[in-house]
Amino acid sequence: MDHFPTNWGRPRNDAFDAYATYPIHQRPYNGPKDSFADGVQRTQQPIVTGTSVLAIKYKDGVMMAADNLASYGSLARFKDVQRLHQVGNYTVIGAGGDMSDFQYIQYILEELSIDEISAQDGHELGPVEIHEYMSQLMYARRSKMNPLWNSLLIGGFKDGKRFLSYVDLLGTTYSASTLATGYGAFIAQPLLRKAVEGREDVITEEEARKILEDSLRVLFYRDARSLNKFQIAAISSAGVSISDSMQLDTAWSFAENIRGYGAQTQ
Amino acid sequence: MTIPDMDSVAHPQERRFNPYTENGGTILAIAGADFSVIAGDTRQSEGYSIQTRYAPKVFRLTDRAVLAVNGFAADGNMFVKKVKQRLEWYRHAHAKDMPLRAIARLIQTMLYGRRFFPYYVYNILGGVEEDGTGAVYSFDPVGSYEREACRAAGAAQSLVQPFLDNQIYFKNQQAAPGTSHPSHLPLETVLSIVIDSFTSATERHIEVGDGLEIFIALAKGRTLQGMESIRGLQELTVTEDGERLFVMRRDLKKD
Repeated sequence: MDHFPTNWGRPRNDAFDAYATYPIHQRPYNGPKDSFADGVQRTQQPIVTGTSVLAIKYKDGVMMAADNLASYGSLARFKDVQRLHQVGNYTVIGAGGDMSDFQYIQYILEELSIDEISAQDGHELGPVEIHEYMSQLMYARRSKMNPLWNSLLIGGFKDGKRFLSYVDLLGTTYSASTLATGYGAFIAQPLLRKAVEGREDVITEEEARKILEDSLRVLFYRDARSLNKFQIAAISSAGVSISDSMQLDTAWSFAENIRGYGAQTQ
Repeated sequence: MTIPDMDSVAHPQERRFNPYTENGGTILAIAGADFSVIAGDTRQSEGYSIQTRYAPKVFRLTDRAVLAVNGFAADGNMFVKKVKQRLEWYRHAHAKDMPLRAIARLIQTMLYGRRFFPYYVYNILGGVEEDGTGAVYSFDPVGSYEREACRAAGAAQSLVQPFLDNQIYFKNQQAAPGTSHPSHLPLETVLSIVIDSFTSATERHIEVGDGLEIFIALAKGRTLQGMESIRGLQELTVTEDGERLFVMRRDLKKD
């Protein structure tokens, strides 16, 4: 609205801000203040990271595997990290991606378990509940543009039923009888699908272990951010058991016969 | 004061977290005179990887409303959860199921509420209206919607929708002299069109395949005529209100 009659009916000049409308006036605010709001940084990139996690359903339950490496970019920084974590009596959660975010997730799940145990209502947290909780948590964080930078596999066995599913930093979820995160999705998943699909109720624990070890070996050959030290978790009616760290053997002697590889000097 | 042309000015680049991704797949719904068919494939993918061969994209809301969601799966699944929650609250508040056109309007307001950080999903709501007619409502990610006779959405939309335009709306096709195109197609014909749409889309689109789930919503009092020969038909009807809901599953090529 132009209050100056001498301007009415004449061409106006929008470039001149006659009423000092800009910069916008900030009304005084004396409510609760978040002193840190301006300084808050949100996760934009993962720093210390874990690589693939693999998991399959087998006859008696679910088996999950991950190596013991946490990389700092291209540096193999921490070589005794446990990336498979037990939650309650029925579930194992395996994580790839940022390891500090995974440590935070472990803390959150620990608090959750304590609350559920102390409720003493006769209900125990199983893999279905853990998966639902993690999906909601991961999706909520991504919706605040501050994700927990992880790809998680949640596997378990409760009330006679096997459970295996995936959640990631975007809140994407899916379920299948074989799952793999990171490089595993490209390199191991085809091997797992070939070995397992259709035979979930036939594969024994021994065979399941072998399938996972063979896939981890291929990953050690081909994933530059992997390690040959790993653990396997098995969840069945007998409960959860995460193995001690094991070593993978690899065979490089074929290189001797190829010109340019091995000890050959052309 | 001259404003610089932004395209020719260099600005700092920043690597940022992208809160969306595309999970592929295709959905389709066709409305009949007294039924509605809503279908979707079951493959969920990301880039060139298949995440799983079975991830449902079509969900029962009530005995006469079915919602198919496609785009970013995390948003899709969360959106369905929220819609189901609202329908439960309506049911408790009004002692009846929400009519289909009301559900459509509800979906619009829910989507527009996130106009500035949208649910990246293309929704198709199918089912039976209060007046017993088959209905299909299609939505864009921010809530723009319209009732139609048929709609395809998702990765293979550009392959399937033109086929539907020809087979359902009879576009670019002349009826035999002395006859006219039928205004409504029978159920068997519609089911054949749906299955053929998906097998064809699977042939030519990498993100479509693995499995097909088809929901069939029938109006009150409509017999099961046209459905006798369907193998593996499963009834999902819960209430005694009269409308009935069925689901059938078929395999699609896995390559």
